[in-house]
Amino acid sequence: MHADPKGVLTGDHFIDGDHAACEGALAAGCRFVAGYPITPSTEVVERFASRIPLVGGLFIQMEDEIASSIAILGAAWAGKKVMTVTSGPGLSLMMEHIGLAAITETPCVFVDVQRGGPSTGLPTLPAQADMMQIKWGSHGDYEIIALSPNSPQECFDLMITAFNLAETYRVPVFFMMDEVVGHMTERVVIPAASEIDVIDRKWTRKQPGEYKAYQTDDSLVPEMIKAGDGYHVHITGLTHDERGYPAMNPVAQEKMMKRLLNKIRLNKDKLVDVREDGVDGADIVVISFGITSRVAGAAIEVARQKGVKVGHLRMVITWPFPADRIRQLASRVKAFIVPEINMGQMVLEVERAVLGHASVISIPHAGGTVHEPEVILEKIMEAAR
Amino acid sequence: MSDDLALDIQNPVMQLLRQDRIPHIWCPGCGIGTTVNCFVRAMLESGLNLDNVAVVSGIGCTGRVAGYINLDSFHTTHGRAIPFATGMKLANPNLKVIVYSGDGDLSAIGGNHFIHAARRNMDLMVVCVTNFTYGMTGGQVAPTTPLGPTQTTMPYGNFENPFNLPFLADACGAVYVARWTVFHVRQLAKAMKEGLSKRGFVFIEAISPCPTLYSRRNRLGDGADQLKYYKERSIVKNGADTKDVGLTFQGDITVGKFVDRERPTWLDSMNGHFSTHFKEKYKIYGGSHGED
Ligand SMILES: Cc1ncc(C[n+]2csc(CCOP(=O)(O)OP(=O)(O)O)c2C)c(N)n1
Ligand code: SF4
Repeated sequence: MHADPKGVLTGDHFIDGDHAACEGALAAGCRFVAGYPITPSTEVVERFASRIPLVGGLFIQMEDEIASSIAILGAAWAGKKVMTVTSGPGLSLMMEHIGLAAITETPCVFVDVQRGGPSTGLPTLPAQADMMQIKWGSHGDYEIIALSPNSPQECFDLMITAFNLAETYRVPVFFMMDEVVGHMTERVVIPAASEIDVIDRKWTRKQPGEYKAYQTDDSLVPEMIKAGDGYHVHITGLTHDERGYPAMNPVAQEKMMKRLLNKIRLNKDKLVDVREDGVDGADIVVISFGITSRVAGAAIEVARQKGVKVGHLRMVITWPFPADRIRQLASRVKAFIVPEINMGQMVLEVERAVLGHASVISIPHAGGTVHEPEVILEKIMEAAR
Repeated sequence: MSDDLALDIQNPVMQLLRQDRIPHIWCPGCGIGTTVNCFVRAMLESGLNLDNVAVVSGIGCTGRVAGYINLDSFHTTHGRAIPFATGMKLANPNLKVIVYSGDGDLSAIGGNHFIHAARRNMDLMVVCVTNFTYGMTGGQVAPTTPLGPTQTTMPYGNFENPFNLPFLADACGAVYVARWTVFHVRQLAKAMKEGLSKRGFVFIEAISPCPTLYSRRNRLGDGADQLKYYKERSIVKNGADTKDVGLTFQGDITVGKFVDRERPTWLDSMNGHFSTHFKEKYKIYGGSHGED
């Protein structure tokens, strides 16, 4: 299906990542946003608030992030494509509703423009330190999808992917920006609506009597309805059976949990998106994501000029984690280098994948700015020795 | 009173209940079932297209109401039924969205959402079952607990000042505020029916016994004894000033319709404002099945 032209601002623009992310959401068909202002994410909702009246849709500034993160779920069950936007402190408040979205299988996009933490931390400065929180922050087991754009253009392009994935898998999808990507202004090309593919959740064709809210086929993703369609569904955050009715026993729990996790885990090969540059034949591979991939790219170029065989594996999708690919490389690579603007988060996943078959070198950064390329270069040269 | 829900297929109320989920979880003598009976009757008499009705609950004994109503029904998180319902209503303004939850859920953890939804005049009907305690978690103090009675977390009697919820709703801008007890089934059903026909933030408080926890701990007898108390000590005062309707432990209960007025809803305001601002470029939101 093509994008609805009403939401697509076709043309060449010079805008920052926050604005581009908003345009991506509009192009993807997002017509409902609930949010609460927080630096450095606010521009996303400000632009949405100014654009949406004439596109046809709605923005509401809620009383807090707890409200925002559940208002979007109500809107999704009324049929809209939905998004909320926040940064660290707001993300912390949203945790309970990540779980509600996961267990009720509500398609939704959470944008997190990361800033330094913990707590109020560094409101105006970047970090990539919420990567584990989105994966593990809500209680219980669940699966999510996360994307890490590294430019305003990608804030537009990948936002469309984010919505398409949320609709396809009916999970919360996280759009993991950071202050630098959010506030960096670059050229953004928005194609014609006819060149943008958008995906809608699978609406049921069953009749009310035969439809069960959580019955699935091999895709493991149930068909959806919206409130008002006459299906009289019951949707609950309690463990439930195929009908959606509470079923609080270990058998129902296991059945539900396995499907909720497997709809992502069994599709991880389809979901994983890594961009590789010079990885085949490399002795050293730098694994990066988000803004750090651009700094790493600069360091890698210099190292190559110095004769080091260094490859770059950039995760565009950070969750699910590309463990299989990294494990494959581990048997023939000497070292992996993992720069990230946190004190060592995704590097733990790299270590888990590598299983001691190569050395894994973490380049942590406490946040507030991006790495100096020299620091990454130095680690590459050290590893090459 | 929950006996009203006993299986009786002839009863028109039954078609609106999920009969495959009955028996329900509520204790004998609990008042929640009585409020549901009133609610279902109100809906049947409302003339609404029931396919367009959604019921949203938070968490608690009352929070289970959504699960028994045979309509689109959503059981959300503790305290957050109002913002969920807000999103649902705004996403499709043709839906009639009802929030049905407990006093703790709506006024403690959900208190912030409550005051803001009333302030915005969000087009929702909120039914609050006030049993003066946290039923689901075993009888802890609630923001509605009057001064005096013992609760598990107020083991020597409650010393915290309670909310007067009709006053709060009124002060924040609700367009309709009523309070009845589960003794007043006809009046409660009528208030709900009236509430369903209103546009804007409607607040209906249903005073209801929790014999298992609140009554037993405070030696108030069983459900029937509380009904007797409601009967003897309720004073009907329609149009009463809500600041005068606060409750005391086993004292008089002012009941009635306290507020009934008109105010533009949040959506009316948005549409009106944007129409003025953007003129003919603006297409009224929610005009055609809320799809735009
Ligand atoms: C975030 C969160 N905190 C606490 C709870 C535990 N909890 C469940 S119901 C409830 C209170 C219920 O009281 P009330 O809303 O008055 O409803 P009642 O059970 O009396 O009908 C609490 C504290 C929860 N489910 N979620
Ligand atoms: S614990 Fe109290 S409120 Fe809950 S069902 Fe029993 S009587 Fe009703």
